Amino acid sequence: MTQDRDNYEWINALQAEGPLRETAVFDLREMLLIGLKAALKSRSDFVASLLDDFVQDSLVRILRSLDQFQNRSRFATWATAVAIRVALTELRKRRWRDVSLERLVADTGFEPSAAVEATPDQERPPIITAMYRIIGSNLTDKQRTVLLAEIKGMAQEEIARQMGCSRNALYKLSHDARQRLKQGLENAGFTAQEYAITIH
Amino acid sequence: MSLSRPELQKMLDVVRATQPVEIDCDVCVMQVGEFAELNLLGKPIPEGLKAIEQHLSICEECREEYEMLFVALRNQDCH
Repeated sequence: MTQDRDNYEWINALQAEGPLRETAVFDLREMLLIGLKAALKSRSDFVASLLDDFVQDSLVRILRSLDQFQNRSRFATWATAVAIRVALTELRKRRWRDVSLERLVADTGFEPSAAVEATPDQERPPIITAMYRIIGSNLTDKQRTVLLAEIKGMAQEEIARQMGCSRNALYKLSHDARQRLKQGLENAGFTAQEYAITIH
Repeated sequence: MSLSRPELQKMLDVVRATQPVEIDCDVCVMQVGEFAELNLLGKPIPEGLKAIEQHLSICEECREEYEMLFVALRNQDCH
């Protein structure tokens, strides 16, 4: 039954009432269960006991977001993508919730003054020295914090929570930081080819 | 600043991939399914989905989610 529905039938059934909807929700739950199991099985932080909660939270999110489905993929693919987002957001939260953003950034040893003082180092590619200088002098404190935390791998949801902003606002800060850094490197004469170096 | 070499490399890579106009993670999750299906079929990525490709090159979390979606789709095809 699950595999037989086309997109129109999925949406129609999920927006209906009564047994038609109940059957569709049941099938969607089964499909998410299989999809999430396959997607998450290789993660070391995934435990099977979390699966039911992930599926339930995903169902709620999917049913609330049906109007955002643009019919550009199979409904099953779209729903699985949303479910993976829900599950990984929760796993990332669990991993990072006890990590202080302030301490994480401080532990990079990075302070604006340190970057300004960064001097050419024969063992360090010039582009890295320039990058240190630009991060210290051209970025705001918030932009620097987001950039360094993301490079350290901290979950975006947790960075946003600790900074007291939305995930979208965080993405804008990150984008602005990367743009300023890129512009700074270009102004300093570094070309895209030089960005492509591999650091050994 | 004590960033490791892989972290410095990652910073250079995301800066290189940065574009003046980008989509955010919410837009990505709504459209990544189409991108994944095309990739699974080995079809070329149309211009309209290039923004997804660019976002995946700079956003580690969305890239991780995309890779898992790809695994799940492959698994569906096997059943």
